[in-house]
Amino acid sequence: MKSLSQYINLYAECRRQLDLVPKPIAALRPKALDALRVFSEQTMRRAPYTEAAIDRLLEPDYGLNIQRMGFAVDLSATFRCEVPNISTLLGVTLNDTFRPTESLMRNIPEGLTVCSLTKAAAGMPSVVERYLNTLAADSTPQAALNTLLFQDGVFVYAAKGVSVERPVQLVNIFNAPVPLMAPRRLLVVAEQGASLRLLLCDHSQRNDIDYLSNEVIEVFVHRDASVEIYTIEENGASTRHITSFHCRQEEGARLTLNTNTLSTATSTATYTIDLAGTGADTRLGGMVIADAGQTVVQNVELTHSVPDCTSTQNFKFALSGKSKGAFGGKIVVKEGAVRTNAAQTNRNLIASDDARMTTAPQLEIYCDDVKCSHGATTGQLDPLALFYMRSRGIPEAEARLMLTQAFMADVVDSISYDLIRDRLRQLVERRLSGEKASCAACAAENTCHC
Amino acid sequence: MKEALLKVENLRAGIDGKEILRGLNLTVHPGEVHAIMGPNGSGKSTFGGVLAGDPRFSVESGSATFHGTDLFGLSPEDRSHEGLFLSFQYPVEIPGVTMVNFMRAAVNAKRKYFGQEPMGAADFLKMMRQKRAIVELDNKLASRSVNEGFSGGEKKRNEIFQMAVLEPRLAILDETDSGLDIDALRIVAAGVNALKTNDNATIVITHYQRLLDYIKPDFVHILYKGQIVHSGGPELALELEEKGYDWIKQQHQS
Repeated sequence: MKSLSQYINLYAECRRQLDLVPKPIAALRPKALDALRVFSEQTMRRAPYTEAAIDRLLEPDYGLNIQRMGFAVDLSATFRCEVPNISTLLGVTLNDTFRPTESLMRNIPEGLTVCSLTKAAAGMPSVVERYLNTLAADSTPQAALNTLLFQDGVFVYAAKGVSVERPVQLVNIFNAPVPLMAPRRLLVVAEQGASLRLLLCDHSQRNDIDYLSNEVIEVFVHRDASVEIYTIEENGASTRHITSFHCRQEEGARLTLNTNTLSTATSTATYTIDLAGTGADTRLGGMVIADAGQTVVQNVELTHSVPDCTSTQNFKFALSGKSKGAFGGKIVVKEGAVRTNAAQTNRNLIASDDARMTTAPQLEIYCDDVKCSHGATTGQLDPLALFYMRSRGIPEAEARLMLTQAFMADVVDSISYDLIRDRLRQLVERRLSGEKASCAACAAENTCHC
Repeated sequence: MKEALLKVENLRAGIDGKEILRGLNLTVHPGEVHAIMGPNGSGKSTFGGVLAGDPRFSVESGSATFHGTDLFGLSPEDRSHEGLFLSFQYPVEIPGVTMVNFMRAAVNAKRKYFGQEPMGAADFLKMMRQKRAIVELDNKLASRSVNEGFSGGEKKRNEIFQMAVLEPRLAILDETDSGLDIDALRIVAAGVNALKTNDNATIVITHYQRLLDYIKPDFVHILYKGQIVHSGGPELALELEEKGYDWIKQQHQS
């Protein structure tokens, strides 16, 4: 991957500034650098729609905010969030710098930590050392690049048995006058029996400047703990987004991950999940709505390592214009992981002649006595349903919108947290009806306290 | 004599290049009930689909004038707004779209077409309740997806319910009797009769005479090989019931 050498050189030049981070972070750099050097010599190894795309995404010469310049941005004036009736514990990451809100500091419950990763690395280094980069582990070029360059991030920690009612909402915002890459990092730990809800929102405030978010998320769900993560990506037309999501679940741990890509230029996500403790349960849902020249790639690599775990996946794409979608869904059932129950569906709707979808479901099963299913379909809106609706007077555009919404309904309906479910329904409707999905355009009644 | 509501002249239409309607003529006036009967494959359902604007069919030549408007110049949705309604032989299931949202979209689209504001929530629900009563449609179906999991009888009653809501000037009932037991048939027919006025008209497409015991036609037409080959009064339906379609086939074979 040729694109990597410019970043290797950048690190060599700016090493002194980049390593001005607490030791648990700085200590990760040498290995990441070694890994990147190896990747930079390699050509594509895996599915072409992943790595070729990553190479292209990293190619432009983005700036990095190495000097930690503060961009003067009035967040309260530009970022307004409308999540009705949800009072969240809100933290904002501007480009790659975490800014907790006052209300977060005030309202944070006992047993929950939400703070910047550098602060956590300085204040509780042993905890951070124990987890940070142990899952991502420089396993891909994008993850290694993040580890080499990130200077801040967010740390979320729920102590043993702590159940946090209010969702923690982390908003990533791009706003910079020049093209910028943000290596974003999120570390989430739910200790034994803890439960936690996260709402992750991605926004860019400008459509005319190229931004690249190269994000690594690591999530540890300990025994009998529960983590629910909902993501909403509403980025601008020049924002590219790479997500490397890694999760490890211990015995009886539950993970719900529901991703919603509503607008972007290019968005590539890989969700790597290891069901490492018996009785663990994973529920993945994903919704992609893409049009114009947008590209959205979703890869799942889910591994059943031990007996008696369950996983479900439901990913849906609605593509129009000249958009491209790709889904790679790999389920690995390791030797000995008996009584595994894994189901995966990927359904895709192509609404135009020029939209393209690639789907590659894969099962690798090294064990008997398992239940695994997968199914992938790609098709168009039902012409009979469309005519039926039009014959009742519903205009074609509206009928298409209603049918597309109906197609997505089960992904949204599967969200157990009703307030987020209702909010998403609205967002989807607005997105499909062609309104610009942007944070600033959000007709806010409640202004978030930031 | 009132002005014709629908005037179809020399209509030729087909599907995938295969001609099905071969010069069909029909005139319907307000207040009339017409029955179109005929053996399988004669073009009955094609006729209903072509009038409603089913994109699978293409019109090759001929015209259809609907209260003075060129029907084929209108989109399916505008045909609906202008007062045409097709009760489908096979009502389409639409998973994920609830009946109530479906009907609200239909009602408000029509209001918008005529420059009216959308209907208020309370008025809408009240109207739904009244119209459901006409065909004894269960309230519970309102929150279900359109036709999904409906029984055969419920699907057909749902068609007449939609007709009651949209108040068409011309309703085309395509094999509304198929798949119905005698009780459901009575309810559906009673619904259609209740909606009948001197200003609207109905075309009943049916293979069997039994529906016509409940919906009394003023005119009966026999469609064969894409043309109306025989027209008469209600007695023609009884004659068909008795003699079958063979005599028609024989007459037009030579």
